[in-house]
Amino acid sequence: MTAVLDRVASPTPQGTAAPRRPRRRIGDMLVPTFAALAFAYLLVPVAYTVAFSFNDAGKTNLVWRGFTLDNWRNPCAAPQVCEAFANSLQVGFVSTIVATVLGTLIAIALVRFRFRGRSATNLLIFLPMSTPEVVLGAALLAQFLALRVPLGFGTVVAAHVMFCISFVVVTVKARVSSLDPALEEAAADLYASPLQAFWRVTFPLLLPGIAAAALLAFSLSFDDFIVTNFTSGAYTTFPKFVYVSATRGIPPQANVISSFMFVLALAIVVLVQVLGYARSKRLRAR
Amino acid sequence: MSITAALGDTVAGDPSAAPPPRRTAQRAHLVLLGPGIIYLLLFFVVPVGALLATSLYVPVPGGDVGQYQPAFHWQNYVDAISQFWPTIVRSFWFALLATGAALVIGYPMAYVIAVRARGHKLLQGLLLVLVVAPFFTSFILRTIAWKQILADDSFTVSALHWLHLLPADARLTATPFAVVCGLTYNFLPFMVLPIFAALGRLDSRLLEAGSDLYASPTTTFRTVTWPLSMPGVVAGTLLVFIPAAGDYVNASLLGNNTNTTMVGQVIDSRFFKVLDYPTAACLSVVLMAAIMLLVGAYIRRAGTEELV
Repeated sequence: MTAVLDRVASPTPQGTAAPRRPRRRIGDMLVPTFAALAFAYLLVPVAYTVAFSFNDAGKTNLVWRGFTLDNWRNPCAAPQVCEAFANSLQVGFVSTIVATVLGTLIAIALVRFRFRGRSATNLLIFLPMSTPEVVLGAALLAQFLALRVPLGFGTVVAAHVMFCISFVVVTVKARVSSLDPALEEAAADLYASPLQAFWRVTFPLLLPGIAAAALLAFSLSFDDFIVTNFTSGAYTTFPKFVYVSATRGIPPQANVISSFMFVLALAIVVLVQVLGYARSKRLRAR
Repeated sequence: MSITAALGDTVAGDPSAAPPPRRTAQRAHLVLLGPGIIYLLLFFVVPVGALLATSLYVPVPGGDVGQYQPAFHWQNYVDAISQFWPTIVRSFWFALLATGAALVIGYPMAYVIAVRARGHKLLQGLLLVLVVAPFFTSFILRTIAWKQILADDSFTVSALHWLHLLPADARLTATPFAVVCGLTYNFLPFMVLPIFAALGRLDSRLLEAGSDLYASPTTTFRTVTWPLSMPGVVAGTLLVFIPAAGDYVNASLLGNNTNTTMVGQVIDSRFFKVLDYPTAACLSVVLMAAIMLLVGAYIRRAGTEELV
């Protein structure tokens, strides 16, 4: 702020104010135009992915050969696609549940209690997020090799839970620290036991944050390739299937599954946005 | 956002932290923390230890390929670094380029969503959905889409040839440009979201005050908007730089095998193709250590100069 005041302390000549107007209007359009191009950059590859799910592909799905609905009619026609998809869903669900429970507990403890080792705990949460995936994968593989653990479903889930926990903690923590502690105190004043106060007051209020964290964890797990590649052995998840088949040609059914997930997730998120908007409008109208 | 949140969390020093019965409270936090912390110790700290140990292993004398025994062979690091230092440097260079590009592309997006769309809550929400929408499709398939967009016979390349923006014999696919383009693309939302969060908290009256006091839009931006968005910029650049430096999907799908190899590819192939675990572990340790040093120095610099 002081910088602003310093700067304008030496006033600009008054004359510059008038001719600035039209220039500013061009400037007004410049940033949104650039942003629109940036959105296009972000979304064109997504459009490609969806479009090529309708491609009448031969061996490889790299060139457009014509429109067909066959891929959508038989999403499991290509060998292994649906198996990999089912594996990814399974890994995603199990890792999400475990990571959300463990992460939520940590988040509550970090916000609600002061204890020794708090900053060490914060560091332990922060480090997995700031470590490149390839290092996480290499470290887990080194450990599994040293202990001769057979690679498969179990090791993949173990790895996914690990990198999801930190993101759950961060997401839920934001929600916990925005809660008014007076609400819990009110519950206590009304003779609720701490456990009752938690389940009847705190937990329902935390639920949106926990749901957001769980969705984040699921999407991280579902789309993970690098860590999975290091910890899966012969077990195949959907991203791994796509990567491995990239060398010999990805079947269009992979695009079908990916597009389906895209539309589903987009519908959920847009619905949440619109409902939230409608609700806040209603509340304001009251 | 997540990084700043995880780092300096003394912000939420809330008053409820003085619970009535002290002893139950102390046990309560152990019960809450215990499972998660033990999990992270077992599956993060111990594996990193295993990685460090593996990096010093030596081959079993007379053993098969891929058989190693514990040792303290520090020479592994010298060998790994002297053989692969160009790859390591290239990884950081590509990550830096991608971070710069993501900042240039992502800042205006965040600005438009946070400041221009401020009055329109629904539009703001939907634009944010568009920012994260790419995450709803497969990361690998999106990278493959870039392979199609930049392919030699693609529309993009023919258009660039036709406009003479690209020499007739030049190509985009399998070049460093393609890899950096893919890296920028894949991690762009991580840049937009924290900057959006920082700009969302920006008080519009400050911007009005800037123009009321005859500051040009550029001056207002330079002296008000940019400094106040700094926490978001720091978080965003870290969230792009760190995964980009370790990524190998873009390099292996969009690159070639000569001048685009990134360190992640080497780690992967040393582990799985060559079964040279010590070298792979050495490179992982070097990558992790280098990132921590860089990030630490960056946070300290950004922190003292701009953040507080």
